[in-house]
Amino acid sequence: MILSVQNVVKTYGTYRAVNNVSLDVPKGSVFGLLGPNGAGKTSLIRMITTITAPDEGVIKLDGEKLNARSPEKIGYMPEERGLYKKMKVGEQLLYLAQLKGLSKHQAVEAIDYWMVKFDIKDWWPKKIEDLSKGMQQKIQFIATILHRPELLILDEPFTGLDPINTNLIKDEIRQLNESGISIIFSTHRMEQVEEMCDHIVLINKGQNVLYGEVQAIKKQYKQNLYRVETEGVLPTNIPDRFTEVSRGKNAVTYQLHDESQSNELLKAFLQKDTRVTKFEEILPTFNEIFIKRVEETDQEGAE
Amino acid sequence: MSKLSLIIKREYLTRVRKKSFILGTLLAPVGLLIYMLVVFGLTKYQGGNEIKVVVLDDAKMIQQIPDEQGVRFIPAGTKTLEELKEEVKQNQIDGVLRVPPLANFKQKEHTVFYYSEDKLAPDKSNLIERRIAGKIKEFKMDSLKLDAEQLKQLESEVSIDPESINGKEDTQSKYTAGIGLAVGGIMMFLLFFMVLMYGQMVMRSVMEEKTNRIVEVMMSSVRPFDLMMGKIIGAGLVGLTQVVAWVVLSGAVSILVPMVMGFDAPPPTSIAGAPEIDPEMVQGTGLQIMSELSRQNWPLITFSFVLYFLGGYFIYASMFAAVGSAMGDDLGEGQALVWPATLPLVLAFYIVSMAGWRNPDSGLMVFASIFPLFSPVVMPFRMAFNPPWWQVAISLAMVIGTAILFVWLAGRIYRVGILMYGKKVTFKELGKWLFYKG
Repeated sequence: MILSVQNVVKTYGTYRAVNNVSLDVPKGSVFGLLGPNGAGKTSLIRMITTITAPDEGVIKLDGEKLNARSPEKIGYMPEERGLYKKMKVGEQLLYLAQLKGLSKHQAVEAIDYWMVKFDIKDWWPKKIEDLSKGMQQKIQFIATILHRPELLILDEPFTGLDPINTNLIKDEIRQLNESGISIIFSTHRMEQVEEMCDHIVLINKGQNVLYGEVQAIKKQYKQNLYRVETEGVLPTNIPDRFTEVSRGKNAVTYQLHDESQSNELLKAFLQKDTRVTKFEEILPTFNEIFIKRVEETDQEGAE
Repeated sequence: MSKLSLIIKREYLTRVRKKSFILGTLLAPVGLLIYMLVVFGLTKYQGGNEIKVVVLDDAKMIQQIPDEQGVRFIPAGTKTLEELKEEVKQNQIDGVLRVPPLANFKQKEHTVFYYSEDKLAPDKSNLIERRIAGKIKEFKMDSLKLDAEQLKQLESEVSIDPESINGKEDTQSKYTAGIGLAVGGIMMFLLFFMVLMYGQMVMRSVMEEKTNRIVEVMMSSVRPFDLMMGKIIGAGLVGLTQVVAWVVLSGAVSILVPMVMGFDAPPPTSIAGAPEIDPEMVQGTGLQIMSELSRQNWPLITFSFVLYFLGGYFIYASMFAAVGSAMGDDLGEGQALVWPATLPLVLAFYIVSMAGWRNPDSGLMVFASIFPLFSPVVMPFRMAFNPPWWQVAISLAMVIGTAILFVWLAGRIYRVGILMYGKKVTFKELGKWLFYKG
């Protein structure tokens, strides 16, 4: 485990922002940290990044309790981000890298590497305030990874980026992950969660309400929905034990009692004359799971 | 390099490189330079060209007068007034000075006549009056067979020398109080100005980081206390740099300008107390002021200035840092938080300027020089008047203690405030933050 959060509580005045949250982030994973606005995600991230300390509970980074050296192993790009506007790009990166424990020499080397990689070699003397927002975001991303953190925490990393730059950063994140860096990825964009994450946790009202591997969670929430697409007219008289949920012109969706029935359903279709062009299990989207689970826990809280 | 020193370095360098800082630092000495050039230019300016003045002196009271400050004195010789007037008309000379004989030696007022086409400039008129008066005095002394030396011995100068009755050695003179006021006043003003200016600089910088949203990135690298301290120390060093630059540059200007301009400092003879005392140089006073200034305990004054600057600066800068962290993007909204941090400083300034100069040892002043929110401005003023050492000791101890306490308190408010957005903050709220954990 790169990160282990154990029974963590954080209270502001009388407001309990994080209420007994536990979770483990496996080494090398891309871990989605999800939750509605005000759920306690930022409070949790601030504790992981040592900005604040938990009132109760323990947070361990790579098996070690968080300490003064921990920030050097963590790279954090907050959602509310910014840079010193009047500083030059190079100076800014050098400063932030040195604060993360790099020597001047190491920092310059790392900055050169990334500037070449992002094709912005000649940006060193430019002032931050003279850059476009998207460009600033690139600099911000570089600043976050210059010191090669073991754990990278990205809070909505793609907001404000155009599709080209989004892909560029996405590719970088993948490459970093492949090189062994674990990533915590906080976002509201569920399609990005499905695309990038292998593990997730869903926080609502300061509590961990859903947690595990992405594929396992999808299985857990599946409703045995199967969709059949045909060429030509849909056949009639399919046996009643397959409950029809919806029907279109060339496609029909059934709900099965048990996933083992899927072959029977396909057989029933194969016995007809109609040619089957597609047969698939419909897994719930994370959007649905997210909404469902948040609503459930909101009701639990209301009761 | 430690993180704190990295932060200090950045805070220092970004400020020192700013145009406004360089301008502000250069402006004071440049202002002085311009002032000196103007003053020297005016003294050098003779009110026009040299004028030739023929001295017609029937009684032969006046021998040769040396040329001076654009006036050439020429003895009339055997020429008559009418002849000389003609020369004036032909522009051979500028004027004729007729010195009538004295009625008797008791005559004090004496009128001389100047004939010319152009009016005599006031400074030249003054000069001529003084020179003629001097010559007439010499003439009177000669005629009365008075000895110049003996006459000089008759003159006395009296000054009150305040003596302490406690028997301790006292070195005060009649200038002590004035010099004390001047030295103390300058110290006080400088401290007031520096603490206020650089304290508010810290506040603006904290607000800027908060509104820029860089602060969350910073917090994930360094402890909030380090960031706050780095800011306070960095800006404080900028302040000290500015004072040192002012002192050095102004010193250089006031030494170099006279050298380059060829403006002679008073000639050596007059400093050594030459017999002929020039009435336009109140030399005795100057010497006494100099000796009084040199009698001030400069090492102690400098030492206490630095200590009180550091103490006062840390007290107020930490208050401003805390206030800055609590404020949002809107400066106007935060004014309610700013004035309590400014008020004590302004109050201290008023106490000194209203009550301090009349009696630096009054009860109010003693209190104000010990109360730690006032003392950084008030005590340096009193230092020029030799306050009892125990008052200084208590005052210093309280300033240092308060500075440490305020820095600690500000750190606790800062770490909460800096991450708080979109909330109007009250004092009650600030108080609560003090007790937040971690």
